[in-house]
Amino acid sequence: MKYSVFSLIHQAIRGQKDWTPVWRDPEPKEEYDIVLIGGGGHGLATAYYLAKEHGLKNIAVLEKGYIGGGSVGRNTTIVRSNYQEPGNIPFYELSLKLWEGLEQDLNYNVMMSQRGVLNLYHSDSQRDEYARRGNAMAMHGVDGELLNRDQVREMVPFLDFENGRFPIQGGLLQRRGGTARHDAVAWGFARGADSRGVDILQNTEAKQIRVENGKAVGVETNRGFIKAKKIGIVAAGNTTRVAETAGLRLPIESYVLQAFVSEANKPLVPCVVTFGAGHFYISQSDKGGLVFGASLDYYTSYAARGNLPAVEDTIEEAIAIMPGISRIRLLRHWGGIMDMSMDGSPIIDKTDIDGLYLNCGWCYGGFKATPGSGFCFAHLIAKDEMHPAAKALRLKRFETGHVIDEAGTGAQPNLH
Amino acid sequence: MSQINRLAEGGLINRSKPLNFSFDGKTYEGFEGDTLASALIANGVSLFGRSFKYHRPRGVMTAGSEEPNALVELRTGNRLEPNSRATTVELFDGLVANSQNRWPSLNFDLMSINSLLSPFFTAGFYYKTFMWPASFWEKLYEPAIRRAAGLGKPPEGFDPDHYEKSFAHCDVLVIGAGPAGLSAALAAGRSGARIILSDEGPLLGGRLLSDNLFINDMPALDWVQKVTAELENLPNIKILRRTTVFGVYDHGVYGAVERVSDHLAVPNEFSPRQRSYRIIAKRAILGSGAVERTMVFGDNDRPGIMLGSAVRTYINQYAALPGKRAVVLISSNDGLRTVDALKNNGAQIEAIIDTRNGEMIQRALGGKRVQAVQTIDKNGNIRIVECDLVAVSNGWNPSLHLTCHLGGRPVWDEAKNAFLPGKLPTGLTVAGAAQGKFTLQEALEDGSRAGNEAAEQLGYQVKSIEIPSAEPEVFAHQPTWRIKSTKGKSFVDFQHDVTDLDIELANREGFKSVEHMKRYTTLGMATDQGKTANVAGLAILGEVSNRTIPEVGTTIFRPPYTPVSLGALAGHHIHRDFRPTRLTPSHQWASERGAVFMETGLWMRAQYFPEYSGENWLDAMIREVKGTRESVGVCDVSTLGKIDIQGKDAAIFLDRIYTGTFSTLPVGRVRYGLMMREDGFVFDDGTTARLGEHHYLTTTTTAGAAKVMAHLEFCHQVLWPELNIAFTSVTEQWAQYSVAGPNARAVLEKIVDPDIDISNEQFPYMACKSITICGKIPARLFRISFSGELAYEIGVPNRYGDALIRALMDAGKSYGIIPYGLEALSTMRIEKGHVAGGELNGQTTPRDLGLSKMVSQKKDCIGKHMSERPALLEPERPILVGIKVKNTRSKLTGGAHFLDIGSQASLDKDLGHLTSVTYSPNLNCWIGLGLLKNGRNRLGETIRAVDFMRKTDVLVEVCDPVFLDVDGERLRG
Amino acid sequence: MRIPCPFCGERDLQEYSFLGEAGLKRPDPKADDAQQQFHDYVHIRKNKAGLTNELWQHIHGCRSWIVVRRDTLTHEIFSSEFASDTLKEPAK
Repeated sequence: MKYSVFSLIHQAIRGQKDWTPVWRDPEPKEEYDIVLIGGGGHGLATAYYLAKEHGLKNIAVLEKGYIGGGSVGRNTTIVRSNYQEPGNIPFYELSLKLWEGLEQDLNYNVMMSQRGVLNLYHSDSQRDEYARRGNAMAMHGVDGELLNRDQVREMVPFLDFENGRFPIQGGLLQRRGGTARHDAVAWGFARGADSRGVDILQNTEAKQIRVENGKAVGVETNRGFIKAKKIGIVAAGNTTRVAETAGLRLPIESYVLQAFVSEANKPLVPCVVTFGAGHFYISQSDKGGLVFGASLDYYTSYAARGNLPAVEDTIEEAIAIMPGISRIRLLRHWGGIMDMSMDGSPIIDKTDIDGLYLNCGWCYGGFKATPGSGFCFAHLIAKDEMHPAAKALRLKRFETGHVIDEAGTGAQPNLH
Repeated sequence: MSQINRLAEGGLINRSKPLNFSFDGKTYEGFEGDTLASALIANGVSLFGRSFKYHRPRGVMTAGSEEPNALVELRTGNRLEPNSRATTVELFDGLVANSQNRWPSLNFDLMSINSLLSPFFTAGFYYKTFMWPASFWEKLYEPAIRRAAGLGKPPEGFDPDHYEKSFAHCDVLVIGAGPAGLSAALAAGRSGARIILSDEGPLLGGRLLSDNLFINDMPALDWVQKVTAELENLPNIKILRRTTVFGVYDHGVYGAVERVSDHLAVPNEFSPRQRSYRIIAKRAILGSGAVERTMVFGDNDRPGIMLGSAVRTYINQYAALPGKRAVVLISSNDGLRTVDALKNNGAQIEAIIDTRNGEMIQRALGGKRVQAVQTIDKNGNIRIVECDLVAVSNGWNPSLHLTCHLGGRPVWDEAKNAFLPGKLPTGLTVAGAAQGKFTLQEALEDGSRAGNEAAEQLGYQVKSIEIPSAEPEVFAHQPTWRIKSTKGKSFVDFQHDVTDLDIELANREGFKSVEHMKRYTTLGMATDQGKTANVAGLAILGEVSNRTIPEVGTTIFRPPYTPVSLGALAGHHIHRDFRPTRLTPSHQWASERGAVFMETGLWMRAQYFPEYSGENWLDAMIREVKGTRESVGVCDVSTLGKIDIQGKDAAIFLDRIYTGTFSTLPVGRVRYGLMMREDGFVFDDGTTARLGEHHYLTTTTTAGAAKVMAHLEFCHQVLWPELNIAFTSVTEQWAQYSVAGPNARAVLEKIVDPDIDISNEQFPYMACKSITICGKIPARLFRISFSGELAYEIGVPNRYGDALIRALMDAGKSYGIIPYGLEALSTMRIEKGHVAGGELNGQTTPRDLGLSKMVSQKKDCIGKHMSERPALLEPERPILVGIKVKNTRSKLTGGAHFLDIGSQASLDKDLGHLTSVTYSPNLNCWIGLGLLKNGRNRLGETIRAVDFMRKTDVLVEVCDPVFLDVDGERLRG
Repeated sequence: MRIPCPFCGERDLQEYSFLGEAGLKRPDPKADDAQQQFHDYVHIRKNKAGLTNELWQHIHGCRSWIVVRRDTLTHEIFSSEFASDTLKEPAK
């Protein structure tokens, strides 16, 4: 049912009786043109754009649990395109542009809120690094502003400007950045894909990608074998586990990243703020909770939960810039599994196996990429060529040396 | 003010200590031992707050940390604590609390208009609307939603209190000091095992505090007292009261927070407000008890509708009577205990409604306080029972949250009609009601068992313990999850205003997975994390989707068990102490001279030395550079990493980690070295001195010191353990100063001991030597130059660092020696084209830095293969060049990008960027270093340095990166 | 998390740094396919869900590099030994 003022009033009067499932719960067919492994944000977005942009219908999304149960429902909801490397800039900007029209496109309110993303800097050299980044963005028409200390103070007055260990000198602001309601993104794409005929198969686990004569031909699942002409791996933290069933070895390691939310309070934090002398980032949800995170728990993990050192480090960084929140209470912290790539940038590419496509390496930046990733992956699968905005995100770049290393920390994933 | 509902006697309150407090500006009196909730109940207050979405009036539902409704703003100003549960706030004299999330007042809340709009405000409402027109979301809808949402106000300023962090170690951690926990602590404690016993409340005893039970035919509180006294006398037991174990982490690590001073108006001097613990326990016993369930019926949120167990707590522990005319709603005999408590304390029982008889409450009547209930029996007869209190008992949910923190999933037990702990974290066992052993006798036995087992497993001799006998209890029951209402809202999650219809709607729209239902309706996501809501929620989801409770499953419990102040987890690592501050050996001296310092990583380094108050950095830098280049300057370079490498394979080792060759370096000489990561990008640079045949001293950049050390250790221990070498970081053991300028030698000659010859012939450029200075003080002298001048670095053991800077300044007085800071240091290195932070950014290869020749072709080294990947050799790849403004009045800015004249901004046309800039006092204009595409072939050309951030567009000339003394005559002089 | 250091005994997670998969052998630079081998050595990881051997350094302790046998699904640790010792035998 389309969401409109009319349907809402009608249903309010009708006691909300006529709403139907936002997506169907179909039985798997024997064969699909395209099978996507992974019912997270990126997989659902890929299915949606395959159907919408390329008119393809015979598509299945396999999800081993419930859709949106992985990173798309666990992240800190930040959306931005303030990247520095030429390989990343056009891709993330395409993604941000898609975000900007997403509600109207999906007829689903994902609460995209362009409240701004402010990266604080704490030294002259960091200011110049941010200027370098802002200028790289400007080369592609991406918005960015370098603020001085007074301008930052005006925007976020309760930061510690007086007594900080690393004094705040200013910030790089991207006004078009912000946050979105993470679960709604998964549900909105699922609804859009489902209504265009995509089969979303929950509780359907891909056990084995079947490869015959160098070509991917289908997926063994807990619900039987599903034939497919093309298969896309969109499995985020579980990429390695899925890909190895096809014999692929990848430049990916899975780490746990924790996220945190405080009790809900009245508005305090007006935009996304990040701490330049640490990794801390924070925003406030519409509901009022402070949503924040910082560094990875530095070890590989598939356990989706973290440990106390990272908890304490994160909160020390929080208090370092916002001493005023020390009496606010932590409500919940949890972990997600990050598919960390070797240069900190994503991979959207074909593999050496005919008909098998790969979308992974999102590190801890996958949420903002959701629409762009789906759009470009759909383009690749449908047309067998890289989308121009994602043409640098090749799998082979590690061999050739065309790495996209924003942080300059090299092939050690837990440093990105 | 009279306490109209205070019982004449009984309770664990101290009637000789009356306390004054205020709620919403009105003052009241309570007693020591009260909570804010019990004191307000004693004063006849039943309206505590407003709900999140509909702003419905809410009272107290529970007497513990599971409270969903009675949230208040506690204290004021910078100590404001929003969302404080009145049920756990201990009363103190002068306490100030205010209701929250209402306007203009708690009694008359205009926002309750939301209740009228509730046909719209169902689950998932937001996702379907606020989309038209698109631009209105940020401007109109969202600000309105944000203002309406949230609960309490955040504090107004910085927290005046402080917090501590602590590690604690024990054999057995006992969580919860109810009957099971006390029994466990006693059993394990008597064995001699080291025990930590924690409880979230101020008193030990758990439910024994609130139910008048008997143990060994004596009041149970006598038993609690006896056990407490014994535990307090055992030297191997630490009791942590007011301490919540909030999380379980890997390998027996438990997070806990002790509310040291929250029961006081302000913390005592030198006391923290709270203290967080990382408890490392070999074994843990969870005796966290259980939380009673309410029932879901129409308008079940009216103030005055409470859990039966809470009613008993208020009566028995606090001597506060929550109502005078009570309806008791039960689904088992367990709830009948409430009837006795009420009757014995002067309340009238208007009705006992037992769902086992087919009678149910359909709906509560009343607004700000329940006034009656409408019931229906199995024959359909409806009756109205007037009352001012409804006590609900519907069985118990074990508080098994901590068992889930490492991935355990609760398991539904058909017999007990409750979720019980599933797979447990290693080392943790569960005892008592938390394990579904609800009777007192079971809890006492189970606690003793668990305590004994834990001690035994750890090798302690357990003593036989006589388990006391408790009065018999019956807990079997059949829960009634909800009564379909004819009218009114039936709340499941009270704090988030989630009703049974919201769950039905979620199911109708396909949100059938319990996680989807939770996220769509927000059930269980409020500050109480659904302690009273989750089980009922999934039972109802099961009912409407024709699934059993086990089929529906549960959502995941995450830490913390109850919310924890952020401050407690930061401890003292805040403000200036957020991270350590490292001071250079000359810091004291530099402070005395009025140096301006800047942060460089953890170090504080002198940025410049103003000659007069108010001299700006640029003027000071120009003066310092000129003074150095014209005569002599001195700079503290102790922050550079220093690694002492010794062993017969030291030379081989260095050849493998550096691009250059160090095995051929003669003793007494220094060589510049470049280190790559294995992926072929430059990792760090620095000089290495050969102090002896098998003895080298390697320096690193300031920023690279720690990571280079770890890298070398990796290379040795993991890659080449067969090499006979050892190394140690001596960064902090040596104070080191650069003495630079044409008169540097003359100055040093004044302080080196007479037998030391440092003439150009005896001690040429790149020489090094162990010497003595100032009368037999050991020192190391290196003839190396970052500034491009005749220069030395002189190192002395750290304790002489302060003396040496003073001695150097003294010795140089006649030459007008000046100290220089980081600004001048940076300017001089840019003038010489030396790479530093802006160029050594982890994204450049030796080739990019114009240092290809530094990579020996005669040997392998870390990174060599990968630095030859095709993309890294492309001629188009940016390479280091010098940049000079065309117009001397122009200024350069770091981070500006290069464009050709006439080019439009685009990624294709982007030619690179400025990595370092400075004003050059020698060239009298701004210069810089940059990475420019095809740069080496563009020397002499004019391009633009464009800075969109600073809004400048400057014509610049591409030049060689060495601006000064290209042939290096000065440094060899 | 508590990690056993063969030299210092059991210590808290925060005293350690983590590098990654253990047992990778630095390729022979003279091998014909050295470029490919180096690529794999630097970039390709098993990233196993389950039992792994991995390199940690007791960086705020004795600074030993150690090989820890750990399950990435449960974080359970089974053993640890000096990295330099494990290299004396061929990597399993």
